[in-house]
Amino acid sequence: MLFYIFRRILQVIPVIIGVTIILFIILYIIPEDPARLILQKGATEQALANLRAKMGIDKPVYVQYWRYITQLARGDLGDSYRYRRSVNSILADHYPNSVKLALSAIGIEIVIGILAGIISAVKKYSFWDMLVTISTTLAVCVPVFWFGMIMQVIFGLKLGILPMSGMGDGSIQYYILPSITLASVSTAYVARMMRSSMLEVISNDYITTAYAKGLSPSRVIGKHALKNAMIPVVTLIGLDLGALMGGAILTETIFSWPGVGRVIYLAILQRDAPVVIGGTLILVLIFVFMNLVVDILYAWLDPRIRYQKKEINV
Amino acid sequence: MYPEVKDEKNRNGVISDDFGAAQKKYSKSSLYKDAWKRLKKNKLAMLGLGIVIVLILIAIFAPLISTHDPISRIKEDSSLPPNKAHFFGTDLLGRDIFSRVIYGSRISIQVGIIAVGISIVIGLFFGALAGYFGSLPDTIIMRIADIFFAFPYILGAIAIMTVLGQGIVNIFIAIGVLGWASFARIFRGSILSIKNKEYIEAARAMGASHRRIITRHIFPNAIAPIIVFGTMNVGTAIIVEAALSFLGIGVQPPTPAWGKMLSESLSYIDIAPWMMLFPGFAIVITVLGFVLLGDGLRDAFDPKMKNR
Repeated sequence: MLFYIFRRILQVIPVIIGVTIILFIILYIIPEDPARLILQKGATEQALANLRAKMGIDKPVYVQYWRYITQLARGDLGDSYRYRRSVNSILADHYPNSVKLALSAIGIEIVIGILAGIISAVKKYSFWDMLVTISTTLAVCVPVFWFGMIMQVIFGLKLGILPMSGMGDGSIQYYILPSITLASVSTAYVARMMRSSMLEVISNDYITTAYAKGLSPSRVIGKHALKNAMIPVVTLIGLDLGALMGGAILTETIFSWPGVGRVIYLAILQRDAPVVIGGTLILVLIFVFMNLVVDILYAWLDPRIRYQKKEINV
Repeated sequence: MYPEVKDEKNRNGVISDDFGAAQKKYSKSSLYKDAWKRLKKNKLAMLGLGIVIVLILIAIFAPLISTHDPISRIKEDSSLPPNKAHFFGTDLLGRDIFSRVIYGSRISIQVGIIAVGISIVIGLFFGALAGYFGSLPDTIIMRIADIFFAFPYILGAIAIMTVLGQGIVNIFIAIGVLGWASFARIFRGSILSIKNKEYIEAARAMGASHRRIITRHIFPNAIAPIIVFGTMNVGTAIIVEAALSFLGIGVQPPTPAWGKMLSESLSYIDIAPWMMLFPGFAIVITVLGFVLLGDGLRDAFDPKMKNR
């Protein structure tokens, strides 16, 4: 197991280096001059040249990359062009809000997705199965930003029962619409995965045996089938935490949620590249880290994985 | 039944070119014919195919179908709800939403097909290199693919568009470049599963070049999963394009694009809710068409997957 963990961590290192190279290239080839963005109109050529020298952007590209990567190694994401603040402090202010939103979306995904998947599988070809199948198919086709807008119109504007945007005092009512919006597509995937996994498990002989022993259907499904059917679903949910953080940019923009996604969106509009790149890097690292954790947990739960991977060396 | 073999040499157990070609033609047409037969029986897949065909026709004949110029502004017609003259109403600048939705299909269909086409071409090339040659090329290509997998789709597209700037060609590039890794991985997997089969070994033994083996023998047998995934991915590409345009880094105004129309409607949800209804429905129906068709193709090529 330790060898497997060590090998997975080793595999992640080149990915992280690759991500930093890609993001550096993006930062490096952005057509605008950062010195002009910071000093804005009216700056003298001398002032611009001094700032370029101070920032090191007049140096060759490899020197700049080395500077960028050593900064990153110290945990420094650079300074914003617009706010004259470090990107770290800007992201730190907004990061907890994104995590809270992602966790509440995961909660919805777990409760509704798993429940819908189980009902759909157990009552195969019934009205409920049809309802779950149709709604999950539609959910993956609906862009989250449009879904969020519809929720705003119905619950915020027409019914007036929930706040349309912002985080307010942080009370639960402010979380409802953004969390449902953020969770919509993932919940559909969890329900689909749960249905297919449950269908596979309940066709096994040991489930027939459990029924033959006279156990109640709720006990057979809840105790015998659910545990085995949950393994792929748990993996999907684990991977989703990272993906939700990355995907929150649209939800946070519609609901004016003060999270990292909205910070990145505003930085795009203001052409504040260090914030866009720094924010993207953090979200990508979370995604990679979550993948790693899920892989390790999965290998721990199912020993066949670590032996299989050793043999095939995929 | 195979066609009658007239070549004398075949009686001695040697397969002639004519016979080989005929056999290949027979087996190839059989695979796709069977898939098409199964697809035709699937009502949802046929619905998806119907939606896709209608949308492509709408995109081609947009100037004939639209009732107004999608860009021209008529001040006195500003913010009109749906009516006889403007089926879907007008926006705040007095532009006809119906005509903009019709023209918007051009952007979505183009992005969906061209961006996914770019992903497929890059993915097949690198997937073939990795799967066929294995060892070092495989390790390098798959580790680069891992880097691309590390970027959530929207976030990666945003990062690339920040550099490239707005514009439809840049959207093709951003979405196309981001999507290659999945196709490479799928194609590599298909190649690994068939590259050691007897007919590939036979081709190799007969002196066929790597290129010929990949293009003539492996490609036709490994392409089905790519067709399925490609069709499903068109829907994803359309949603990503809409998201980029929604965020203001996609298609440049005043070009009508569904995502852009939604972002323009965001500030006027309370006074003109129809502005956001129709472009949204257009995206959902388009994506639904490709998803249903993709699901149907998956079941048609691999009937074991049905009901999963």
